Amino acid sequence: MATVETTRPTPLVELRDIRVAFGGVHAVDGVTIDLYPGEIVGLVGGNGAGKTTLIKTLSGAHEADSGRIFIEGRPVTIENPRDAKALGIETIYQTLELADNIDAPGNVFLGREMTTPMGNLDSGAMEDATRKVMGRLNPNFASFGTPVQSLSGGQRQSVAISRAVYFNARIMIMDEPTAALGPGETRQVRELIRQLREEGLGIFMISHDIHDVFDLADRISVMLQGKLVGTVNKADVTTDQVLAMIILGKKPDEVTEKELAELH
Amino acid sequence: MTETEVSATERAQEAPEREQPEARSFRATLRSAEIDARLAGMVIALAVIWVGFHFMSGGTFLTPRNLWNLSVQTATVAIMATGMVLIIVSRNIDLSVGSMMAAIGMVMGLLQTDWLPSLIGFGHPATWIIAVAAGVACGALIGGFQGIIVAYVGVPSFIVTLGGLLVWRGIAWALASGQTIAPMDPNFRLLGGGAEGTIGGTWSWIVGIFACIGIIVLQVTKRRQRRRYGLRLRPLWAVVTIGAFGCAAVLAAIGFLNRYYLPPAIAERRGAAPGANIPLGLAIPVLIALGVAVVMTFIATRRRFGRYVYAIGGNPEAAELAGIKTKRTVAKTFALMGALVGLAGAVQIARLNASVSSLGTGMELSVIAAAVIGGTSFSGGLGTIAGAVLGALVMQSLQSGMVLMGVEAPIQDIVVGVVLVLAVTVDAFYRRRAD
Repeated sequence: MATVETTRPTPLVELRDIRVAFGGVHAVDGVTIDLYPGEIVGLVGGNGAGKTTLIKTLSGAHEADSGRIFIEGRPVTIENPRDAKALGIETIYQTLELADNIDAPGNVFLGREMTTPMGNLDSGAMEDATRKVMGRLNPNFASFGTPVQSLSGGQRQSVAISRAVYFNARIMIMDEPTAALGPGETRQVRELIRQLREEGLGIFMISHDIHDVFDLADRISVMLQGKLVGTVNKADVTTDQVLAMIILGKKPDEVTEKELAELH
Repeated sequence: MTETEVSATERAQEAPEREQPEARSFRATLRSAEIDARLAGMVIALAVIWVGFHFMSGGTFLTPRNLWNLSVQTATVAIMATGMVLIIVSRNIDLSVGSMMAAIGMVMGLLQTDWLPSLIGFGHPATWIIAVAAGVACGALIGGFQGIIVAYVGVPSFIVTLGGLLVWRGIAWALASGQTIAPMDPNFRLLGGGAEGTIGGTWSWIVGIFACIGIIVLQVTKRRQRRRYGLRLRPLWAVVTIGAFGCAAVLAAIGFLNRYYLPPAIAERRGAAPGANIPLGLAIPVLIALGVAVVMTFIATRRRFGRYVYAIGGNPEAAELAGIKTKRTVAKTFALMGALVGLAGAVQIARLNASVSSLGTGMELSVIAAAVIGGTSFSGGLGTIAGAVLGALVMQSLQSGMVLMGVEAPIQDIVVGVVLVLAVTVDAFYRRRAD
């Protein structure tokens, strides 16, 4: 297990005082979180807590109204997904944003196709590269020539993750990475996420599943109604204490034994 | 969840990966050979229509003369249908193509009768090329303009191009106050086909041989490229069969069409010996349509732009998140559509030897129908250029066959309408079963 409280130079990602409002509703209200290389930060909270909206400001899917983003200490502006990708930020969405009518290599390289010197799509090279990445992530995967529409949830997940891995993501954002998967596939994906952490990636993982978070995350950030309740080291807390943060919005040192007992 | 439940779920999820022996049907064989089942089905449907009409019309359908005419009549719609595929694939529609054709036709007509003669003199050899270039450029501008409103302003394409349908028709009328503009430049008229606008028997054979070489080179390079990466190869029997079938079809078509001869009077005027048979050969508009189909297929399948159009149609959100400039891509599809309308318009007014403000009335429907019969889906992301060209050929075959049989126009409309809905229904049925 990677240690959390060692000497840390600069964080890989810092989101500082991020605010996003939708027509007067503060979806994200002054949230500050950070992420270090080789760690997984679990981002949890109930529906509408603002987790996905917060993370979209980093993936380029949605611009923040205010706040600043630092990558390795450098202030950056991320206006669209292209900016995010250029900074080594890859996102795997809950809905596995794939073009259903296109095959696996086409999806892995979507928007960043390999081309021949003439500028034509080099489908052979793309399939070859996809096979190599996939061989590492999901050796059972064999459907390289069919539209991803016909693939299972786990296979589609493999395609989405291959895309992030192939382009050497330094920062990976995973929104509910196992929500669409069966138990076997969930195990596989968890293993993969650990492997990516060992390789030094920083991973933000959004999840509803407290067990997923406890299994994988090094630190846990809890959001409630657009605000950050707090960030804790996983090793220091119990699941009940995190539940209290999610439901009551109270940090472990603020919550009483009685309140903890009432959670169940 | 118990242990047995877990493994049952896992098995259920892994099942689709495995090949099921009983499912290895004719369809699966086609898939392993990478033959497009839909396209193959359309070729068969077309063959049935042709043979059916041949018998019902008392043997007048499958004649060199009729098929030659059919090829020329299909060209205009086919050229535009290739562009409409990309429009519909990206979940849009262009209802303005018929009206746009009239407006652009009027510009090309006036260029030849009024504007260019006063600039470079009447009958200048560059007249035709300037007129065509202006038509294509005009189309790209008009299409691009509509596309920008659709993509950047966010007005639904149905509305923008419905407006265009009215506006461009009106502009076509206003450009010449409703007058007929004629005649066209003699060189320009060759674009429309006719007895003059053909390439003759010998050149037709040369084109056919080049087409065959093209088919073979394509198959070989594709195979070589996959082998370089050690990827799974298409079975050799399939490659050879497809190559042989393709070449045979090309040569048979040329051989058949080359049996349509010049009328003896014209042949003799051109210095042929009395009684000699001079083949007309492929018509120039047909060559243009075939060239457009090849280029558009290349754009749709081998270029980034085409890939993005299909990605947008498959999942617009995913395309945007993948960093594709979706707005620019959509605007470009409309500009490309417009350019093709310009080219088709040139063929059309060259054939008529006149430009009229009613040019292309209702043609948007034929073009959309051709694309849809050819397997293009309104839900986006699906459709092929070859399918649309075949769709145009099916539509024109129905019309031509019914004319030969003496079916009255209203009845023709009923048949075409029914076939359109039927084709889409059958397609939807098979698509649902394939999923």
